[in-house]
Amino acid sequence: MREHERVLEIQEVPDNRAPQLDRRVFLAGAAAAMGGAVFPSTAPAAPAREESGLVDVNVNLGRWPLRRLPHDQTELLASTLRSHGVTQAWAGSFDGLLHKDIAAVNARLADECQRHGAGLLVPFGSVNPKLPDWEEDLRRCVQIHRMRGIRLHPNYHGYQLDDPVFARLLALAAKNDLVVQVALVMEDERMMHPLLRVEPVATEPLAGLIKGIPGLRLTLLNALRTLRGDALGKLVAAGDVYVEISMIEGVGAVGCLLDLLPADRVLFGSHAPLFYFEAAKMKLEESPLKPEVLRAIRHQNAKRLLA
Amino acid sequence: MEIWDLHCHLSGVPGDTPESRLAAILRYADRMGIARLCVCMGMQWNYDPKPETMRQENDDVLRAIRAYPDRTFGFVYINPNHTTASLQELNRCVRDGPMVGVKLWVAERCSARSLDPIIAAATELEAPILQHTWIKITGNLPGESTPLDLALLARRHPRAILICGHTGGDWEVGIRAIRGHSNIYADLAGGDPAAGFTEMAVRELGAERVLYGSDAGGRSFASQLAKVLGAAIPESARRLILAGNAKRILGPILERKGVRL
Repeated sequence: MREHERVLEIQEVPDNRAPQLDRRVFLAGAAAAMGGAVFPSTAPAAPAREESGLVDVNVNLGRWPLRRLPHDQTELLASTLRSHGVTQAWAGSFDGLLHKDIAAVNARLADECQRHGAGLLVPFGSVNPKLPDWEEDLRRCVQIHRMRGIRLHPNYHGYQLDDPVFARLLALAAKNDLVVQVALVMEDERMMHPLLRVEPVATEPLAGLIKGIPGLRLTLLNALRTLRGDALGKLVAAGDVYVEISMIEGVGAVGCLLDLLPADRVLFGSHAPLFYFEAAKMKLEESPLKPEVLRAIRHQNAKRLLA
Repeated sequence: MEIWDLHCHLSGVPGDTPESRLAAILRYADRMGIARLCVCMGMQWNYDPKPETMRQENDDVLRAIRAYPDRTFGFVYINPNHTTASLQELNRCVRDGPMVGVKLWVAERCSARSLDPIIAAATELEAPILQHTWIKITGNLPGESTPLDLALLARRHPRAILICGHTGGDWEVGIRAIRGHSNIYADLAGGDPAAGFTEMAVRELGAERVLYGSDAGGRSFASQLAKVLGAAIPESARRLILAGNAKRILGPILERKGVRL
């Protein structure tokens, strides 16, 4: 769905503050997602219009469950991001990993982004498709919070990517013009808390799945620790698939990545505040990158993706 | 701000020779403003090298650092499962050669008594000992040390200069394990750039016991430098971690070898 089509939809919805689609209509839409139903969105925020800048597609708000982080208060994180020249940051929520009241998680996320990061923080809501009535969480992301994307954590939510519910969620997200982010890991599995161990998300089913969902825009977060080489190249080539650089490692790693992937599929992501923000930013300095490639990674690809 | 990297390998870059690999690594180091690299092994990886393999690994590093004497220092890789050969390598590469430190990896846990003659000899040479450590919930290798092993070693060798490689990976546990042993230094190298690592190390150990290293080429210089440059610590602490402590630790052996900085 393009922006002018979104505008038309806004005009068709009388109350753009808290629209409530009839639940029966919503459920019908969910059931028919593979076929074409769409949740009307009310007033999508226009993406940033800066011609330059830095878009961080991978930050989280809230508290990491296992330790306090230096920037785990939204105002501090926003201040740090701004000080580094970040013009837009796509924010998920640490609470989305383990909380069951996802509706409250997403409401807090939207509120925090608005209160402390207006113009900077773009909320990406959590959806756990293993919870009953997850479609309502998705509907609220679209209709109530006017989110532009969602962030999924299949390993923390206990499903594999060949689960039919995942395909249904992707299809419904695509029909509602949401960017879908899938986080493959959150931290190094070797040092996880013994009571909170999860395997990296296995991506093998993804390439086949993507081909069957027209319009899907997919971003893989924290992917480059476990997804490499031919498997990475094939997955990115399978559709409108992007990766970000927060977990890529090795000297000159971003430059090496561009030997494998086209530059228009690589995004800037920091994984802050769990990671020091500076790590991602300095990776762009470590590799010799052409100015046009640097612009693409820093902001152009992300802006195009969210446009 | 001057930067010395205490933990680099001849890996992660293309190149058929040690010299070409180190040249490639130095090109990235130059981009990140890193003045000096300490280098050990990496042309191949051997968990439990035989004496002849050890010698080959060290010959590779000797070739590499001889090509860049103003930028690099060598650490000799030895295997405590071969005590005599290890002592011979220590003498060949450090006492009689240009290398300035010792690297121990995963052949044997460093709490083993078999390390004692090696540690004693390195201490006499004033050579710091970089011991790989990790605490893996997924399970350590049979000979892979933890910071707790290093603490036991430190108790037996209070004069040795011991560097806790990776600070155990699980740094919140690793820092605690080495906290009571003033001759153990925390190495920031390797592991993800997890926020809070450096702040905790400085808080619990003091900035004088924290060292910047990268574990390049397997790790990015950038991600590892970010642990220091992104940390909420005083600038004086940052200077110590990035180069001051390394200079102090290596100072005596460099002086002994007539290296002028």
